[in-house]
Amino acid sequence: MPNNQGKALLQIENLHAWYGESHILHGMELTVHEGEVITLLGRNGSGRTTTLKAILGVVGRRTGSIKVRGVEVINMATHRIAHVGKLGYCPEERGIFASLNVEENLELPPTIAEGGMSTDDIYEMFPNLAERRFSQGSKLSGGEQQMLAIARILRTGATLLLLDEITEGLAPVILKSLDSVIRKLREKGYTIVLVEQNFHFAAPLADRHYVIEHGRVVLQIEAAELAEKQEQLNRHLSV
Amino acid sequence: MSIQVIMSQALLGLNVGVFYAMLSLGLAVIFGLLNIINFAHGAMYMLGAFVALIGYSYLDQWFGINLQIGFWASLIVVPLVVGGLGILIERTMLKRLYQLDHIYGLLLTFGITLILQGLFANFFNVSGTPYPGQPESLSGVVNLGFMYFPTYRLFAIVFSLVVCFGTWYVIEHTKLGSRLRAGVENPQLTQTFGLNVPLMVTLTFGFGAALAGLAGVLAAPIYSVSPLMGADLIIVVFAVVVIGGMGSIMGAILSGLALGLVEGLTKVIYPPAASTVIFFLMVLVLLFRPAGLFGKEK
Repeated sequence: MPNNQGKALLQIENLHAWYGESHILHGMELTVHEGEVITLLGRNGSGRTTTLKAILGVVGRRTGSIKVRGVEVINMATHRIAHVGKLGYCPEERGIFASLNVEENLELPPTIAEGGMSTDDIYEMFPNLAERRFSQGSKLSGGEQQMLAIARILRTGATLLLLDEITEGLAPVILKSLDSVIRKLREKGYTIVLVEQNFHFAAPLADRHYVIEHGRVVLQIEAAELAEKQEQLNRHLSV
Repeated sequence: MSIQVIMSQALLGLNVGVFYAMLSLGLAVIFGLLNIINFAHGAMYMLGAFVALIGYSYLDQWFGINLQIGFWASLIVVPLVVGGLGILIERTMLKRLYQLDHIYGLLLTFGITLILQGLFANFFNVSGTPYPGQPESLSGVVNLGFMYFPTYRLFAIVFSLVVCFGTWYVIEHTKLGSRLRAGVENPQLTQTFGLNVPLMVTLTFGFGAALAGLAGVLAAPIYSVSPLMGADLIIVVFAVVVIGGMGSIMGAILSGLALGLVEGLTKVIYPPAASTVIFFLMVLVLLFRPAGLFGKEK
């Protein structure tokens, strides 16, 4: 449910980001309130993934303002941002460490806040991972890797989750499981920024959608306005 | 040729092998985790022996400090000093070269080696100074049944094996080790989880240097402490790392031990080949298994 009156957990103003000489973000503006699920929609290369990476400080250079829980992180070292922002990141390529097994991958990130899910809770939410807890990360299927990538950040106590293309390349049955996971997390009060290509997956989950083109927000749609602005949205996404 | 001769030569070979293993382990940790070919590793080993010697014999004479750091204390103090110097080198110099090709790190550490060697050659005899601090409790010989073996050398073998396998265990089987391995595999993602990868890199380099320093302390009572003792050894140790597989922790340990044995046994079978057998094996490994015996093909 939209909660625009809640506390702004993430506030981005006039954000510019570069990879070397390439200027990718051109004045991004974004606000996410506590407990909201929002999506960043757009075509490939529009700057959605770069927005997440800029929040985490893993782009070449960035200017502007990024406030996480009211704290300015634009000049902060990457490893501090997770702690300050109680922030968990699930990258597009999933980032499962091939040299570690499932359990080691799960226990890799440090605890950044109280209240993270226990390993038992995680195995209950993702039963496949429990069965494969001693398998090497490289031996998992795409769906299992995705589950592990999400599970890994839930253990840390992070309550602001940045999830990048979690549905990419996955079978419909796995998408159904992911849908149920996001719904459960939302019920538990997690704040989620979802970068999605699959609009049909994201539409029923999100409180608000931001359409991104050329590194800036060109359209903002509340969940309630979706039917009304569908045509405009389709034009931007070319669907 | 009696079995007794072979066994005793094998044990002496193992004694050399544990030094190969300790040094190649440090090199493998630094290369595997940081991708730096640390040519100064031999100099850190030499430095370890000299810090032990200075701590035992020269503190009063040179610095007017009325203190003698004995062998047992040196096993703790010297790795801290050498590890601290390693951290200083990483923070002030190597850190600037991470974005460049490996060759720049190798050249820098080669330069550091020459400076350290030159510095010690200025104060100490190049042909070697004996370390007088070997503890009384480790003097004498032990009867092993097939030979009498010097107690200190037996201690050096056991102590080194404990350190080597302890290090392997920490890297392969603990949470700290899995974080280090993750930091190597994907440093950027590891940082987004809230792990301070630059600090991990610095401490790992310091740990690698400390291992070399520790090997230097262990070597001091056996070999003469000389400014060139590291330079003599480092080329062989590089060959050990290549044979084991660059970056493979277990590969470095097992190859170090095995090649010490091979070298020792060659001394019995065909003595003139003893100093070249390792390089011959290195050529064979590079020809038929370029990633090394325990390394993974990329």
